[in-house]
Amino acid sequence: MRLITHNMLKCHVKNCSDPDKQFPLRFKGTAGAEEVKLEQIEAERNDEFLVRMLPRLEWGALAITAGELNIPLPDKVPSDPAADDGFLQALHTAILEMHVLEGTMFCNGCGHEYKITKGIPNMLLGEHEI
Amino acid sequence: MKLKQLEGHLGEVAAFRDPKVQLEQYPTTAHLAARMLYTAEATYGDIAGRAVVDLGCGCGMLSLAAALMGAGCVTGIDVDADALDIAAENVEALEAEDVVDLVHASLCAAGGGDAGALAPNHALLAGMRGRFDTAVLNPPFGTKPGNKGIDVAFLQAACAMATGAVYSLHKSSTREHLVRKAASWGYTCEVLAELRFDVPMMYKFHKKKSVDIAVDLLRLSPAGADKGATEL
Repeated sequence: MRLITHNMLKCHVKNCSDPDKQFPLRFKGTAGAEEVKLEQIEAERNDEFLVRMLPRLEWGALAITAGELNIPLPDKVPSDPAADDGFLQALHTAILEMHVLEGTMFCNGCGHEYKITKGIPNMLLGEHEI
Repeated sequence: MKLKQLEGHLGEVAAFRDPKVQLEQYPTTAHLAARMLYTAEATYGDIAGRAVVDLGCGCGMLSLAAALMGAGCVTGIDVDADALDIAAENVEALEAEDVVDLVHASLCAAGGGDAGALAPNHALLAGMRGRFDTAVLNPPFGTKPGNKGIDVAFLQAACAMATGAVYSLHKSSTREHLVRKAASWGYTCEVLAELRFDVPMMYKFHKKKSVDIAVDLLRLSPAGADKGATEL
């Protein structure tokens, strides 16, 4: 799972309703420590795609997650992102090249944990949580 | 990529090892997947450089077809861990890790409008609304008890997740019903092709070696050009 996907995962446990806390899902531990396993897989950069995706990203959430995982990301989006090579490269690496292979995400509101195993986040809930 | 080439690559995609009848797991053939994604790109330009979601991705056939047609990123979502394991192996075998992400989640929930019918899992979809350009899916047809309305629920979820077109396979016998549903969501629905879906003898209740089912390849597009995500 890459951050482009993580950026759309919200806690959806029944009765977990504080929108400020159920997103983004936070990571237990940090990269480099045992809890989170990251891998960079090179991907071809497509600037048009990156610029197109920008307005769809929740930037604040992305910045929090990148910070937690020690993935470099500029603080904010420049006024003309399409012309900013450094920004596009950082964004490309952060959302399309860094893969979380193992880790545990948790909701900052209700504390529910979602595990990532072999790169696949498990968003399934138990019967009583739906 | 040419159609023949695409179908050739997709021929390497492994199918379900132990298909689950309750999930209506029938493999999407390389032949079908190739035609579906080739048309989506060659005729409509809906795949290359786009964010694509594959709902009920199973072993990842449509996700991989989208990746091979140049999708900017693909997210395959399925409720079955065993299918996702195979999907992950297929993604690796076709070297598409740089494009395809897989998510283990349920796209449906109880409590549809019609009595006993399934509905989209709105709680899960909350974060995914309008995040994709294009959706592709070969949903369960809803022919098993307990799966009533699942085809419509998948289609509705797809319309919520993609801002653009949705490509989906459905039993031809449900065409009129789906066209009406699509219209009620503000979508126009075209039948791009009528196909024969060859269902091989996979399950114990199958009495014949294989059965051809008439299937439509539908393309749903928002009625007003370039509108935002659909409100459900």
